[in-house]
Amino acid sequence: MERSEGEKYLKIKESFASLRSAAVRRLMQMHCDSHIGHIGGNLSCLDTLLLLHHHIMQHDDLFVLSKGHAAGALYITLWSLGELDDSLLTTFHADGSRLGGHPLSNWHPRIPVSTGSLGHGLPMAVGMALAKKLRGEPGRVYCLTSDGEWQEGSNWEALIFACHHRLQQLTILVDHNGWQGFGSTTEVASMADLAPRIAAFGPVVTSVNGHDPVALYQALTQMNAVPVQPAVLLLETIKGHGISFMENRLESHYLPLDKAGLELALRELAGRAGS
Amino acid sequence: MRDAVCSALLSLFGRHPFVFLTGDLGFQALEPLRAVMGEKFINAGISEQNMISVAAGLAQQGMMAWTYSIGSFGYARPFEQIRNDVCLQSLPVKLVGNGGGYAYGAMGPSHHALEDYGILLTLPGMRVYVPIFGKDVQSIVERMAVSTTPGYLRLGRCECPPGYTVPPYAPWRRLLAGRGTPTLVVGPVAGSLLAACLAMELDVRPEIWGVTELPVRNSEMPAEFLAIVRQHRCLCVVEEHVAHGGVGQMVAHELLTMGVPMDALLHAHAHGYPSATCGSQSFHRRESALDAPSILRLLGLGS
Repeated sequence: MERSEGEKYLKIKESFASLRSAAVRRLMQMHCDSHIGHIGGNLSCLDTLLLLHHHIMQHDDLFVLSKGHAAGALYITLWSLGELDDSLLTTFHADGSRLGGHPLSNWHPRIPVSTGSLGHGLPMAVGMALAKKLRGEPGRVYCLTSDGEWQEGSNWEALIFACHHRLQQLTILVDHNGWQGFGSTTEVASMADLAPRIAAFGPVVTSVNGHDPVALYQALTQMNAVPVQPAVLLLETIKGHGISFMENRLESHYLPLDKAGLELALRELAGRAGS
Repeated sequence: MRDAVCSALLSLFGRHPFVFLTGDLGFQALEPLRAVMGEKFINAGISEQNMISVAAGLAQQGMMAWTYSIGSFGYARPFEQIRNDVCLQSLPVKLVGNGGGYAYGAMGPSHHALEDYGILLTLPGMRVYVPIFGKDVQSIVERMAVSTTPGYLRLGRCECPPGYTVPPYAPWRRLLAGRGTPTLVVGPVAGSLLAACLAMELDVRPEIWGVTELPVRNSEMPAEFLAIVRQHRCLCVVEEHVAHGGVGQMVAHELLTMGVPMDALLHAHAHGYPSATCGSQSFHRRESALDAPSILRLLGLGS
């Protein structure tokens, strides 16, 4: 059993490396082509989106991207699943495109709700999980928030509600990269440590390295195996993960990527792949 | 009208199950609904933002969702949730706001809803329902339930005068025939005006109409109403709502767009708090010249 588990993890690790490499390249290219920023927050959660959609989510599961500014990471994840055509990615941010800077609903089955203004996705995900509970339907609702987003009161309202109604169908993911729009979360409005603050409302909070696919897989499968009300996974991540000149830099929240930056990033990625 | 909405929803639940979310309001009114609905009756607590977004999430999953609060609490605090999560995503969430206008009286401005429908009607797809009489509520709830758009039901206190026969529900209705200035009324404030006009001579009293569903272009203006407005070249609009974004502005826009010749638009509307003091609904109406004697003076019928 242990051996087969070990083999499974190795397989995930190996396949994830190539999956991630292709996804990061396409993400960088897309942002460069469209002259759009928000790359740092995309790179901090991309690993989770890929792992979740490729290895965890089942047919009846739903995903809500509450940190809507990571729309690029979601589009790239859907592209990696073969559920979004490459030609659509070239329309990112273009006139008449469905691929806006924040996700729009009502056109793709994997994007159930529109988000963008922070503090909305989680309460909507709570409503969707409540619907599953009331109807006795299978499946979970996964909702990815940012960490700065927990400065929004509506998130805490949603957490109180979700815990009170013991919504076992809900998994809350927090991209804990430590940065927000105009400073670090510690500088702006520190909620350190976030985990015990969330845990104080009732849910079991688990922390995991958000860039380790095996650790992510293990954490998510373990949480799903023992339904608790609701589950919260704090993803320890790095803003701009994997690109040295973006990592942990405030600029990577907003600034777009020019061609020189893209080439540098691609060279870094190639070097890493070759090493 | 709280009892009326409770009865209407009870009737609806048996045929079209839904989820009802209240923002910790409904004491001595919604208990029968809670008793019947079981786990589908949810006290969402004092968290209106979450309540609206949860309702949106339920609607996204195909469940009909109604929310309930005091009018001002239910639309002002969670306006962004109504805008982003409900209206911009075309989700048919039904919002019920109790205490339209000055209905909460001396509870103060925080509890008054004077600009609710003007603001909500700026949102895509939103439909507003303002019952005039308690009897209207059943029909309105049925119409909202089958509507595919977001809706806002603005409840007040039924002020139907004794002996008055309420005409069958319609979005536009003649409430009282008269040969005086045509007057269009929104909501329960019609009751006090009807009470003051019932005993007046037909030749003198205003021709009173009521409009219940907004925006006014949502349902066609009756030809009979238009003919009377054309004949008088004048219309008086009465509403317990501020002028900006109100039915007065809506109707004026519609009539001008339709090319209906008008010499005057008289508008009785909420003026807020001129004396910066609190009082009953009647007190605030008097301050805004929304009481029957003031309206009659506006129509040239009082001293």
